[in-house]
Amino acid sequence: MSIDDRDFRPVIAAFCCNWCSYAGADLAGSSRMKYPAEVKIIRVPCSCRVNPMFILRTFEKGADGVILCGCHPGDCHYSTGNYYTRRRMASLISLMEFVGLERGRVRVEWVSAAEGAKFAETMNEFVEHIRALGKNTRLEDLRCKN
Amino acid sequence: MQELIERAKALLADGTVSRVLGWRATDTPFGPEPAFFESGEELNEFVYNCFCGANLSKYLIESSALEGKTLAFLKPCDTYSFNQLCKEHRIDRGKTYIIGVGCKGKITVERLHELGIKGILDVEDAGDTLTVKTLYGEKSCPYSDAMLERCHACKGKEHRVADEVIGESADTTDTDRFAKVTELEQMTSKERYAFFQAELSKCIRCNACRNVCPVCNCRKCVFDGNAFDSVQKANATEFEEKMFHIIRAFHVAGRCTDCGECSRVCPQGIPLHLLNRKLIKDMDAFYGEYQAGEDTSTVSPLTAYTEHDIEPEAGKGGNE
Amino acid sequence: MTQRLSREELPRLYAAIAQVADLFLPVKRAGKTNFALWNTQTEVDLDTLKTAKSPKDLFFPQCEPLYTCDWREGNLTVTAQALAERDFVVFGVRGCDLRGLDVLDRVFLSDPVDSFYAARREHGTVIAFACREPEESCFCRTFGVDCAEPGGDVTVWLTDGTLYWRANTPKGQALTDRLDLLGKTDDADEQRLAAEQTAAREIIDRLPYANLFLDGWNGDATEARFASPLWEKLYRPCLACGACTFACPTCQCYDIRDYDTGNGVQRFRCWDSCMYSDFTMMAHGNNRTSQMQRFRQRFMHKLVYFPANNDGMYSCVGCGRCVEQCPSGLNIVKVIKAFEKEAKK
Repeated sequence: MSIDDRDFRPVIAAFCCNWCSYAGADLAGSSRMKYPAEVKIIRVPCSCRVNPMFILRTFEKGADGVILCGCHPGDCHYSTGNYYTRRRMASLISLMEFVGLERGRVRVEWVSAAEGAKFAETMNEFVEHIRALGKNTRLEDLRCKN
Repeated sequence: MQELIERAKALLADGTVSRVLGWRATDTPFGPEPAFFESGEELNEFVYNCFCGANLSKYLIESSALEGKTLAFLKPCDTYSFNQLCKEHRIDRGKTYIIGVGCKGKITVERLHELGIKGILDVEDAGDTLTVKTLYGEKSCPYSDAMLERCHACKGKEHRVADEVIGESADTTDTDRFAKVTELEQMTSKERYAFFQAELSKCIRCNACRNVCPVCNCRKCVFDGNAFDSVQKANATEFEEKMFHIIRAFHVAGRCTDCGECSRVCPQGIPLHLLNRKLIKDMDAFYGEYQAGEDTSTVSPLTAYTEHDIEPEAGKGGNE
Repeated sequence: MTQRLSREELPRLYAAIAQVADLFLPVKRAGKTNFALWNTQTEVDLDTLKTAKSPKDLFFPQCEPLYTCDWREGNLTVTAQALAERDFVVFGVRGCDLRGLDVLDRVFLSDPVDSFYAARREHGTVIAFACREPEESCFCRTFGVDCAEPGGDVTVWLTDGTLYWRANTPKGQALTDRLDLLGKTDDADEQRLAAEQTAAREIIDRLPYANLFLDGWNGDATEARFASPLWEKLYRPCLACGACTFACPTCQCYDIRDYDTGNGVQRFRCWDSCMYSDFTMMAHGNNRTSQMQRFRQRFMHKLVYFPANNDGMYSCVGCGRCVEQCPSGLNIVKVIKAFEKEAKK
C-alpha cells in the first residue's frame, strides 16, 4: 500500500430525504454516534427528487461514492415518491455498472427518522467500501481535478 | 412500389389525406430521403426500397399540427414508435392515415463499405443477394450481410397499427437481440469499461442519435439549456460523452421501442442500442416483459410501481 | 525529388517520424478510422479513404481551453492556455482535407489572427496522401482539387508495394532530411507513379458526381439564392443534428463557454453548429428562428457568403463526408443539384 492509498480520503455525497433519512442523520448526531466526516449530506425533499443527472454530476464534480437515502418504501411523506425512486435507481445503477462503473459506487439505502444507528452504520460501511475501491477514475472530469 | 404510389395518389385525390409522408428518390439509388408529398405529381418521385431504413414516425409530430390528415408509410418497426408517440400524446392518431408497408430488412451503404465494397454506383436487390455495381467492377454479397443490425434482431413483421397494409414482409430475425448485452455482462467490470471507453470516446456530440430518436422529442432538451453548466456541444472530456449517453439512454428508458435509429445514424458507428437494450433487458427481468409501442395503453415500467419491487442493489449490471 | 520506400517498411517510417515529432495518422479504433497519435500499438489504417472525422481537429480542436481562473484561499490566478510548442506531423491528409485547411487559414490566419490555430499551423507538418481509389461520395474536382496531386508539405502516393514521397515545401524538406530510410527513385518509378495518377484521375471522371457544377453559386448570388422557395422543400428531412457540421473539414464556427471546475472557471471554446437552435443566440434571442433558416445558412455560407468574402473561394471541398453521414440523406450535392434542376426549368 502506497502512502497515497493510506491517505486516501474519499469524497462521499449522501442525498438524504428531508422527512426520514435527514432526520435519521440528525438522530445519529444527537445520539453521538460516529460516522466519517467524508460524508457530505445533501438534503432533498424526497428521494424521488434525485434526478439521475444529479448522481452523474456528483461524480463529475469529484465524488468517489454516492449514496441515496430515503424513507422505507411505504413510508414516503408524499405517499409514493420512493416507489418510483426504487424502480428508477434499480435501472440506473445497473446501467452504470454495465458501462463499467465499479460495483457499489452508487448505493441506495432506506433509513427512517428513527434509525440513527442504521444511518451511522450504513455510512461507516459505505465509506469503507469506497476506500477499498479507491478513487473514482472511471467517471471523473479531469477539469475538476486540479 | 407502384401500388403504394397509386394508393397514395388515390387518397390524396379523394381528399382523405392532405399530404403523404414517405421517402423520396434522390440523386443516388442508395440515398432516399424522408419527404412530404403534397400532390400526385410530386409522388412520382416516391420510392420505397431496401435503403428506406429511416423511421418516419417522428415527422408525424410536426404534421400533427398541420391542417388535414397525413398519410404515412410505416414499416413494422416504425409502427412501434408511432404507437409510443400516440401514447405520449405527441401524435394525434385522428390526423394520420397509416399504410403499413412490407419489409424484408433494410440495408445501408455503410455496411457495404465495411464489407470492402468501394466506389458504389448502383445496388440491385435480387432477393437473397445484392449485386453492387462499382467503379472497380461488379461485386455481390448476401442481402443479410448488408442489413442493419436492428433487422437481424427484428421484433417481428407485424404492423402494430395500420389502416391498411400493402406488401409482403420476410422474417429477418437471426440473432437474439440481447446476445451482445449478455456477452458484455459476462465480462469483468474493467473489460466493460474498456469497451465503452473505446466506443464512447469516438462520440463527436453531433446529437444525431438524439435528434433521430422518435421518443427524444422534448421541446427543450436538458442538454440544450443555457443555464446548464455542462458543455452540450463538445466532447470536452470523456466524462461529457459518458454523461450524455447514460442520461440519454435513461431518459428514453421504458419508452424506447428499440427501433435502432440511434445506431443507424451514428457517424462514428457507436453501438448505442446496447445501452437501451440493457435497460430493456433489466426492466423485463425486474418487472416483467414489456415492449414499448406494442399498444397505446400499457403503462411503462418506470411510471409504475408495486409495493414489492426488487431493491436497487449492486450487481445487476454485470460481473465484477 | 521523389523518393521511395517499400510498403513493408511503413512501420519503420512511422517510428522514424515519431522520433522527430508527434505523429498523427489514420488509426482504426472500435471499428472507425480517425486521426490519432501514433505509437507502436496503434492500428494504422491507410485503406479507408476518408476518416470519419476530418483532420481539422488537429489544428482546430473540437474543444480547447482558452484560459483558466483559479480561486483558492482568497487568491485569484488567471492562467492563459499555452500555445502549441511541440512539432507534430499529420500523415495521410487527403487532397480535399488539405484544401479544407486552406479554407480554415483564410478564417483564422487573417486579421485578427487566431493565435491557437496559428501556433498549430506553424508547428504542424502536413503529409498529403494522394487518392488511388476515389469513392462514390467524392466530388473534390468540382472545387478544383486534384486528388492525385494533393500538395501539402510532403506528398505521398501508395501503390501496391511502394510508397512514393516528395517534399514540396521547406518544412517538408526539413522533415525529409531527418529521415534516412527513403530511397532514390528511377525512371520506372516515375512512370509507375504517373500511371497511378492518370488512373486515379480517370476514376474521378467516372464518379457519380463527376458532372457537378457550381453554376450560379458565387459571391454575387446572395439575394436570388436566399429568397428561393426551394429551401422550404429542401430542408424538410433535416433533423437539426450537427453530424454534417462536425464531419466537415471546413466548418469553423465555434462557441465560447465557461466550465465550473469547482474551484474556478475554465473558459473554453468548442465547435458549434449552425444546425443547432441556440447557434449565435444573443440576449435578444436568436436571429434564425426556423430550421429552414438554419439549413439555408449552412449552404449559403459555403457557396455564397464565403466566396463573397474570400476572393471566390468556396468553403466546401467536396470530401463527401456529409453525403455519407447525414442521417436523413441530405447533403450539399442535393442542394446544388436542386438549384441546377430549377434553373433548367
